This record gives sequence, structure tokens and C-alpha cells, in this order.
Amino acid sequence: MLGWELPPYNSGGLGVACYQLCKALSGQGVDIEFVLPYLADHEIDFMTITAAHPQDVSQVIRTGIAYDSYKYVLENGDETWLNIHDQQRLYEDAVARLAEEREFDIVHAHDWLTFRAALRLKALRNCPIVLHVHSVESDRAGSQHGNPAVREIEAIALQMADQIVAVSRHTKRAIMRDYGIPSDKIKVVHNSIDASRFAQLDSDNAYRYLSFMKQQGYGVVVNVGRLTIQKGLPNLLRAAQKVVAARPKTLLLIVGSGEQYYELIELAAELGISANVLFTDFQRGKRWRDAFAVGDLFVLPSVSEPFGLTPLEAIGYGTPALISKQSGVSEILNNCLKVDYWDIDEMANQIVGALNSPALRDELWRGSYEEYQHLSWSTAGQKINDIYGKQLTEMAA
Amino acid sequence: MRQAVALYLHVHQPYRIRHYTVFDSGTDHNYFDAAYEDRTSNEQILRKVVEKSYLPTNACLLKLLEENPEFRFSLSITGTIIEQLERWSPETLESFKRLTDTGRVEILGETYHHSLAFFYSRPEFETQVAMHAQKIQETFGQTPQVFRNTELAYNNDLAYWAEQAGYKGVLAEGWDPILGWRSPNYVYQPAYTDHIRLLMKNYRLSDDVAFRFGDHNWSEWPLTADKFAHWLSADGDATNINLFMDYETFGEHQWDDSGIFSFLENLPLEWMKTGGHGFMTLSEVIDAFEPVDRVDMPQTVTWADTERDLSAWLGNPMQATSINALYGLEEKIIGTGDWALIEDWRRLQTSDHFYYMCTKWFNDGDIHAYFSPYETPYEAHMNFMNVYRDLQFRLAEKGIEL
Repeated sequence: MLGWELPPYNSGGLGVACYQLCKALSGQGVDIEFVLPYLADHEIDFMTITAAHPQDVSQVIRTGIAYDSYKYVLENGDETWLNIHDQQRLYEDAVARLAEEREFDIVHAHDWLTFRAALRLKALRNCPIVLHVHSVESDRAGSQHGNPAVREIEAIALQMADQIVAVSRHTKRAIMRDYGIPSDKIKVVHNSIDASRFAQLDSDNAYRYLSFMKQQGYGVVVNVGRLTIQKGLPNLLRAAQKVVAARPKTLLLIVGSGEQYYELIELAAELGISANVLFTDFQRGKRWRDAFAVGDLFVLPSVSEPFGLTPLEAIGYGTPALISKQSGVSEILNNCLKVDYWDIDEMANQIVGALNSPALRDELWRGSYEEYQHLSWSTAGQKINDIYGKQLTEMAA
Repeated sequence: MRQAVALYLHVHQPYRIRHYTVFDSGTDHNYFDAAYEDRTSNEQILRKVVEKSYLPTNACLLKLLEENPEFRFSLSITGTIIEQLERWSPETLESFKRLTDTGRVEILGETYHHSLAFFYSRPEFETQVAMHAQKIQETFGQTPQVFRNTELAYNNDLAYWAEQAGYKGVLAEGWDPILGWRSPNYVYQPAYTDHIRLLMKNYRLSDDVAFRFGDHNWSEWPLTADKFAHWLSADGDATNINLFMDYETFGEHQWDDSGIFSFLENLPLEWMKTGGHGFMTLSEVIDAFEPVDRVDMPQTVTWADTERDLSAWLGNPMQATSINALYGLEEKIIGTGDWALIEDWRRLQTSDHFYYMCTKWFNDGDIHAYFSPYETPYEAHMNFMNVYRDLQFRLAEKGIEL
């Protein structure tokens, strides 16, 4: 398995999805070696984790998102920066060296950063490669064309793949649209959520101001995620302006970091809602959990979201969700509010509606929690396992 | 005396907001006391400025006063810096008192908290001016006669207010679009007033010292006292040359190794070498010379940036929403009668907080960035808004409807 990150060193949903999928597969008897571009202790015992990287890299400090440059601290204390393309080449070469001394039947690679390495292994060993697409470049570029160098890798790799896995129908359509791949080569395996993995909330919420203001009649809207173009946060702020006009006692909590951080802070000021919008920067652990819990409504306003795990996390922590129709998660979640990401008026309308109606929120959450409890990664693992079996049978034949 | 240099120095330090997050709102009401080693530690910054600027400058000025009976100057010193000196460096406050004890150092009136209250709330502004006058009386035994508004922010309304409040003079920037062909080196009268006088900063000569002194790329570098005295003499008809600048010019903006202290020590001697040249406090200038013309300034002019307006403090939406939100709480905060809460609210009015949020030329890392204890204007804004929300929290806790 070729991947770019695993918790707790993940920048977002990709690492979590890889972790959960591998755990399910391992439980179904698949022997996995997961190759990462960095060395770290993940405390994972159900599979082998290997760092692909050169010996002199003792520690990698992950800064920002998976699509940023990386800072390496070398053993002698020097720091060096590599951009994502250098990084990808390094990984590819290291994986190729690694393969010389490894036995494996199948290569399963997650997202474009590992695709060149997968192609290299196919060339070296003529093994089947399964490419798992968690997002395509046009998703990450917020429905724009994106980086041509990345598109090139995706185009070639997806053509060469023996099997493609997409995390949603949304993503499958994007692969067909952007790269002309035939439908029958792409299988949709929705991400899921593992309820048992959730740490319990304690009685004292970290957002004391918000908890207190809720008692004063304020409604709290929450978003958790990277502050990047595909997540559509400027539209949420514009909707929030209308919400605040209609319902002044509304607060919006934005948890995350990313290249739009300062832009969003400035936009909130321009819209005149700085007093109502709280930015916390990137959070983990209790502050991350409590952010979901403190909300009256979770909003996922993504412009283009291959899957979108956060609404499920919100539901797990007791908060109903409003999600954009342009998200993969909307394919599997019914008991939630849905809106087109561009329809700011309707987004504002639904937020106000939900904040003003405890009955609506309770009903939404109750229904969605039922759906949530039926979700399981083992179904996803089973589908992937079937794909492996089919590939190996074809190989043998 | 035929020609006087009116030297006026401004002493101020704000209460900088510590790194204050969403998680502090509603939990921790301490906004201003950072750990000593933090960039935002007011105590650390004060001690640094005391060592680099206040103590050596006071020593230099005291020597000048003691050795030259003709030498005199004016000073403005905010309530927030007096408090900080009382708390962390009383010996420095004593050294300021030794200056004023000579009877040849005049202290000006201003707002206690170095705020822009004049533009947001007249009652609050008047309270802060009264608080400052009382503090100056208690500390230095003087009653201010001449008024300077925060950042030298001035317009016709301010002059009218100052006249009604009984001041004999008020200060403004000698900005060319206002003065036109006229020179700042005379006494003026503000439009629509009867007897108050207007003194305008000669920004070219002032900034030669305050900004350009240590600049090796400046064609006039190095600036010596005799050269500068020669420039001061260039306008033979001038009555008063108004050199207005920050106190921290000496030792902080211009470091000791630039030669600024020997410049300060020698300038008065060089200037007074010529007969008819002397020094006056601002009140003395007003008493000595008749106004030559009226000056009409309907729009607000300040001493900052090339725009000379309030845009360094209020020019972007982050600044505007922050200050509007803050003054929006006035009635509720004052209504509590809770002095700790009121004082926190007043400390947040200090103009520096809004200056730190300035994004003009942020990318160039210029003077704005140099004076900010925050990495970015956005961080300054977020800290401020988190504190603002804590004020709301404290009000709501008292059962006040927001």
C-alpha cells in the first residue's frame, strides 16, 4: 500500500481514510505493508509501516496541508525544504529501491502523490496496480483546471491503472469527465466512519465562551476543515452575513488552517461580522472534538468534495449537519440539510431555519445518527478485498 | 528672542494584548500581562525602552537644562505609560519629574489612554482627557494648557472643542495640502475660533531627525548638529520652528550607535550660538507671537504615513469593525460601574491596537511591521476580537442583555 500520511501525522481526511481502510482489510486477512514518505511512530500494530525515505532524513515536520512544501530537519540539524514534486520523485525512487527486497502481490496507491511510484512498480514487477482516488486535481482546485503537472500524472496513471477506486460517485464522475476513463474501470467504495474509534466527550467543553453564549440564546454554527479553496468557506461567510442580519445572536466557529486563513479573516471583517466569527487555527484532540460538540449545526459548504468525513464526525458528536450537494458524503447521508454551494441565500435560509427550530435539529440529528451507526468500514474493506481477488485471478489467468 | 525652536516630544507605550485565543474568551480575563519572555510582554518592552531611550535621553535633557538656562521644551506623556513606569520603573518616572521640576518643561494635554475617542464618543473622550489632566497634576504638578490629540489627529471640530475646554493652543501636522504656500514656522489660528492658537509641525525638519537621521542611504547622512542648526536658520523670517517627534526617537528609533545622543546634546548649543535664537515651550510660543493667518481643516489630518489621515488605524475593514465593535459596548460597559471592566475597555481603545492591524504595505515589512509585537495584522485582529468577546462574556455574566 502506498500512501502519503497516517494519523496522527495526517493533515486531513486522507490519512484517516487510509488508516480505517487498512484496519478493516487487515481484519479480513490482508497482509499490508504501508509505505509512507516519512519516518514516525504511529502506534499501529495491524500492518507493517515502512518509511520510504533516505537515511539522512531523521525527522519530517509536516507543515500545513498535504499539498504544501515540506520541511526536513536533517540529522545534523540543518533544515531543507522540498517542494511537492521533488518530494514525489524522492518517494518514487525510494519505493523502487524498497521493492527490490520485498514480496507482494498487488500495489494499492492512494492519490496522485504516490501514483508515479505505483507506475514504477508496475513497470518493474508487472503486478496489478489499484489506484485509489480520494480527490482529483479539479476538486482540490475548487472546480478549476488546477495544476497541469498534477493533471498529467493523474491522466497517465489512471489510464495505466488495472483498477480505479473512487471514494464517491461524485469522484467517479470527475475521473470520467476530466480524464475520459470508462465507467466500468472505476469502482465506487464510499468512505465510512468507525464510531468506536471516537474518543468520548467530557462534561467540560473547551469552548467556554460559546457554551456560555448558547445559554444567552446564541446559536452556534461550526465548520471544521482545511481553509482551502475546495472547501468553499467564503460562501459560508457570505451566508453568515445574511444569517447574522436575520438572527444577530449567531456565532460561527471556524476550526482549521490553510492558505485562505488570512483571506477569510479579512473577508469576515469586510462583511462586518468579525464579532460573530471565531477562528481557532488547526486543532487536535479535545479542542477538535469539542468544536463539533459545541455546535448547533455543522456546515460543510464545499465547492467540490470527493467525500467529506467531517459531517459524519459532527453527527457522531451530537450535531446535525448542512452539507453541500457537491459533496460525496451527500450520496450516503439522507438525514441532513443539503444545499448547492453557490446558493448563498438558500444556505443562509437553511442555517437560520435550523438555528430557530430545535425540533428540526433534533429530528435531523436523530435520523442521521441512525444512518451513522449503520456505517462501517468493514463493508468498504470487503469491496476492496473483492477487487484484489479479481485482480489476482485475472493475473493468474 | 527673535526665533524659537519649539521642541515637543511625545512619550507613550500601550498595553499590548497578549496572545489571546478563542479558548481564553470566557475563561481568562487577563488580556495584557504576557509572560515576561513573550514578544507581547509590556514589562519586557518597557524595560528595553527605558534602558535604550528614556534614561539616556532624560539624562541628556537634564544636563542641557542644568547647563543652559535658555533651554526648554514640551512633553506629552500618556496615562498608560505613566502607569507602566510606576509599576516597573519608578526611577524612570522620577527622572521625568526632575526634568519638569526645572520649571522649563511644559506638559501637554491629551487622552489618558492614547485613544481615538474624539471620533467615536465625545463623553468618553472628555472623560479620558480629564483623567489625564488629573494624572499629570498628581504626578508633575502641572495643568496642561495646550492640547494634542492622539496621533496629532486634528480637524476644525477638535480646535473648537479645545477652545471651549479652555486650552490656549492645539497641535496639528503642518501638511502641505492644508498650508498651501504658507509655512508651518508661525503661529496660526484655527478657523471658526476666537482665541485658541494652532501650532503646526514642521514635518520636514522633524522627520530629518526622527526618521532619516540614521539612514546611510540618505544624501544628507551623516546629519550633524551644526548642519541641522544651519537648516533651522534657513528661514530668516520664521518665528517658531516646531520640531515634534516621538520621545523614542532618541535611542529606540535611532539607536545610540547612530550618534543621536551627541546630536541631541549639541543641537541646542549650535542653534543658540547665533544671537536671537532660543528655545520656547509651546505656551511661550503662543504668548510671544501673534497668529499670522487662519487655517481651515475640515477633514482630519494626522502625522502618520504619506496619507496623513486616519487610514493607518482605521483604513481596513478589520480595523473598522474592531473599533466599531468596541465603542458599541460603551453604554453597557460604563453602565456596569465595574471599574476593572471599564479600565480594560479603555485600554483596548489605545490607538496602537488598531495600528497593529494595518495592512498598508504589510508585504514590504516596513515601519508598521517594525513596531508591531504580532507576526501579522491578522493575528492582531484575532487577539483583539477574542478579547472583545470576553468583554461581551463579562457583560452577559452580569445579566446584561447583549
